[in-house]
This record gives sequence, structure tokens and C-alpha cells, in this order.
Amino acid sequence: MMKSAPLLIGLSVLSLFSGCSREKREIIILTGSSTVAPVVTDAAKRFEATHPGVRIEVQTGGSSRGIADALSGLATFGMISRDLKADESELTAHRFAIDGVGIILHQTNPVTDFSRQQLIDIYTGKVTNWKELGGPDAKITVASKAEGRATLEVFLGYTGLDSADIKAGVIVGENQQAIKTVVADPNAIAYVSIGAAASEAAGGTPIKLVRCDGIEPTNENVAAGKFPIMRPLQLVSHGEIPATARDFLDFLTAPENADLIESHLYVSLSK
Amino acid sequence: MFLSRSDRILRGALVMLALLSGSVVLLIVWFLVAGALPALRDGYLPRLLFDEHWQPGSARDPQFALMPMLAASVLVTALAALLAAPLGIAGAVFHRFYLPKRLAVWNQRMLELLAGVPSIVFGFWGLTVLVPLINRLHPPGQSLLAAGIVLALMILPTIALTSQSALRSVPESQLLAAAGLGMGRFATVFHIALPSARSGIGSGVLLAIARAVGETMAVVMVCGNIAKFPGSVFDPVRPVTATIALEMGYASSSHKALLYLAGLILVLVTGALTGWLAFGKRNAGEVS
Repeated sequence: MMKSAPLLIGLSVLSLFSGCSREKREIIILTGSSTVAPVVTDAAKRFEATHPGVRIEVQTGGSSRGIADALSGLATFGMISRDLKADESELTAHRFAIDGVGIILHQTNPVTDFSRQQLIDIYTGKVTNWKELGGPDAKITVASKAEGRATLEVFLGYTGLDSADIKAGVIVGENQQAIKTVVADPNAIAYVSIGAAASEAAGGTPIKLVRCDGIEPTNENVAAGKFPIMRPLQLVSHGEIPATARDFLDFLTAPENADLIESHLYVSLSK
Repeated sequence: MFLSRSDRILRGALVMLALLSGSVVLLIVWFLVAGALPALRDGYLPRLLFDEHWQPGSARDPQFALMPMLAASVLVTALAALLAAPLGIAGAVFHRFYLPKRLAVWNQRMLELLAGVPSIVFGFWGLTVLVPLINRLHPPGQSLLAAGIVLALMILPTIALTSQSALRSVPESQLLAAAGLGMGRFATVFHIALPSARSGIGSGVLLAIARAVGETMAVVMVCGNIAKFPGSVFDPVRPVTATIALEMGYASSSHKALLYLAGLILVLVTGALTGWLAFGKRNAGEVS
């Protein structure tokens, strides 16, 4: 037993080397936003199935990591769930999907429309009763998302609020929990991914998506950039894009792969 | 002592495995300390104590008040223990002294089944059934009360089953002696069985409390997650575990270190509870 150990180690080291020399697979590395990562991972699986020589690695760590890794060349693409900032103009953004965030109410709530100012007033505690918005005389249960959640960031971006300004009655984590909160409380208001809310509402859950600034929260309006509460999902690259990586980018925006993006409840920008 | 070769190998293997499982907890604590170190080094400990709000993501005014969450952890756990302990102990007495054997087996099976229900299922039930009921009494429904009730259901089997086994281990001779003295069933239960099983029941309750302090998934769905001191049982609360579950995936730098620190504090609290359990048991052993 003992005598064979060095031999075993030697053999395994050798096999490592042979593995390297034989392996000519191309590697595409993507890092960044945990909102973008699941979609890209699914697309990567499908891409690898049709491109046997390519391996795609997807790692999360937030949009800022995506930016940093794309700049330093650690990643082929950074994944970000926001627009590029002015000081990030060295990077090129490739938008492939949009995440729309909609306001949901209980089906029995007569309110059908919010302006940006009304949402600000509700979420900062200036308006606390549905009466002031043309609804019943009942206290508004304000549901907000936990710190760091992507939907919260989108909502803050739209309203221009800071997370410290929000006076919530209930804080929730996932979209599902927000939807269940509105189902359980007819006087609740919450914001969730439009895709998640639309599929729940279509399935008979007693919630409704309402208009914001007069715009219907439909996928068409989100894709057209009309609906105001949204953010882009994009890949960013620095300098020249290798041919295989370019292929993957085209693959991601190809109409036949729109189903992947839609299955994650985002709006695809192919077509 | 002479040990044969195979015995020595076995002993070696067992020592290795025992050390490994024992050292896992040390590794976890070390990992938590390492994660929390940046927060401790940058002097965040006083902020945990004296800040007013929990708003780590605020760009304008980040604040890190941990005390409302520690209070929430304690309150939710206390409420759960308060609800579950009488139920569990009474159930165990009924199971041991009143229920026919054939039904008693089924009673125990049901409790074991309850113990095996995944915590997310309790949370889902709480959010879809319990929360709307409480909402009708007093909105928003997601509250200290909801979390306490859900948690009580989750720790009930632990308390009931450990109490059952504590009552089972009361010596038959004592019960027979009580019967021989002409004591009724009530007197036997309250003056012989329960005092004799006290330490076993007590450690069952403490074990349940240790679990309740750390329980997360069910609580996060029904507690409302507002990091403020609650004014009543109908107010939403946010225990420490809920904060870690909600924010860990998205936290970075000092916020992340603070979550590690919160986790470390929680481990120390449960550690203290378990220590108390072991210490209390040894003392009780010395007395009897």
C-alpha cells in the first residue's frame, strides 16, 4: 500500500499534464450580476451542447464584479443588470433582455393607476390610506424588498429614493413572497418582476398589475422601453471580442433562444 | 493494554473520524470569526449596539442596528416556547398515562411525522393560511405572533417526544409504589412522574429553544422582516437569522462582515444554551 503511493501521485500528476496538452477547448468566462447569471447559465448549457469545443464558465458576484472583471480581462464578458455609468465608457454593453418591475395590488383593490409621485408618497409614508388614492378607507400595507434585492434597486432607481427613505410595513425576499403577501392582505401594495406577476395573475392568483404613469405593464411596453420601472440585462466587454465569444453573444440574442430568457420571466430583445 | 493490529487500525480510524466531526464546529466558528473580522476591526461593534435603524444598503446614511433583531430572535423564540411547552408536556402526560397503548403508538408516529416536515412547508402554510387569519384581526398579519405560532408548531414534536421519553424513564417501581399508597392518577402524575422527569423535560425544552433560535426559512416567510422593536405581538419583527437569509446573497464588504458577525453572535447564543443544557444536566445528575 505505502509503496504504491508515490507511484500513484506521480501518475496522477502525469495525467494532469497530458490533460492539459490534449485539451484545446476554448473557454468563455462570464462573471457578475446574480440576476443575469441564471439566464446566461441556461444559455451556456444549450450553447455547449451544439459547440463541443467550447466551455463556458459563469460566476456571480454582483454587477460591480462584472465591470471589474471585464476591465481587468479576468472575464470575457461581465454581466450587469443596470446601465453603464458615465465613467465606465471604456466598456461596450450588449443588451439582450429587460427586467420590468410592476406594481401589484389585490384584485379587489379599485385603484388602477399610479404616478411616480404617488408611489414615492406611499413608500415614504406620506400617503398611508387608500382613501387618498380613490380607494376604500383602509390603511395601506406597504411591502418592500430586502436590502440588496435587484427589484429593490430597480424600484429605487425609478423613484430616486434611498433605501433609508422607505417606510415599509412588511419586508419580503423573493417575488413569490411579495405576491403571497398581497394575496393575504387586500390592502397591500408590492413591486415584483412583471413576468412573475403576469404568470401568477394568469394562473388565477387574485392579484393585478397596475399602470404606472399611464403605461400598461405588458411585455410589449417593457420591450419597447415605454414602461418606466425597468432595467436592462446586459453583457459588457472590453476591447476586441474573440470569435467564439461573439458567437455566444449572437446565440444569446437569437430569436430561437428567446424562450430561455422568457422562462426566467425577463423580456427578450431578440427580433 | 495490548491491542492487536486490527484493533489499532480501528482505533486510529475512529479517533480520526471523531476528531473530524468534532473539529467541524471549530471550523465553522473560525470561518465566522474570519468573516466577521473586518467588521470588528473597523469598529462596527458599537454601531450594532447604538445605531437606530438597519439600513445597510443606504447610500446616504448606512446604519447597522442589531439590537432590534436580537430582541426579535429572543421574543419569537420565547413566544414559541411559551406556546409549545405546555402543549408538548401536557400531550406527553396524556400519551404516557391516559392514552391506550394502541393509540399512543399512533400519537407518537404523528409527532415524528410533524418533526419531519420541512421548515419551508411550515413557512408556506403560515403565509397562506395563518397570516391572512391574523391579518383579519390586525393587519398586516405577518407578525411576531405568526412567527411564534409557526415556530411553536415546529418545536412541538421535540418537546413532546423528549417529554415522553423522560416520562417513560420514570421507574415503574415508583409508579407502582404510588398506586400501592392509594394515590390517584392525578396525584401520581403531578407529584411523582413530573418531578422525577423534570430534568429530562427541561432539557427537551432547551433543545427546542436552541433549534427555535436558529430556525430561518419558515420564520422569514411569516415574520414581516421589519427591523424595529415591536410594540405588540401584531407588529412585524425581523430575527437575526431572517436578516442573514434575506441579505447574505447580495451583501458585500462591511455589510457582509456584519452579517458574519451577526451569525457569530447567534452561534455563541446557541452555544451558551447548549452549554447550559450540558451543565444543568450534570448538576441534576449530581443531585439525584
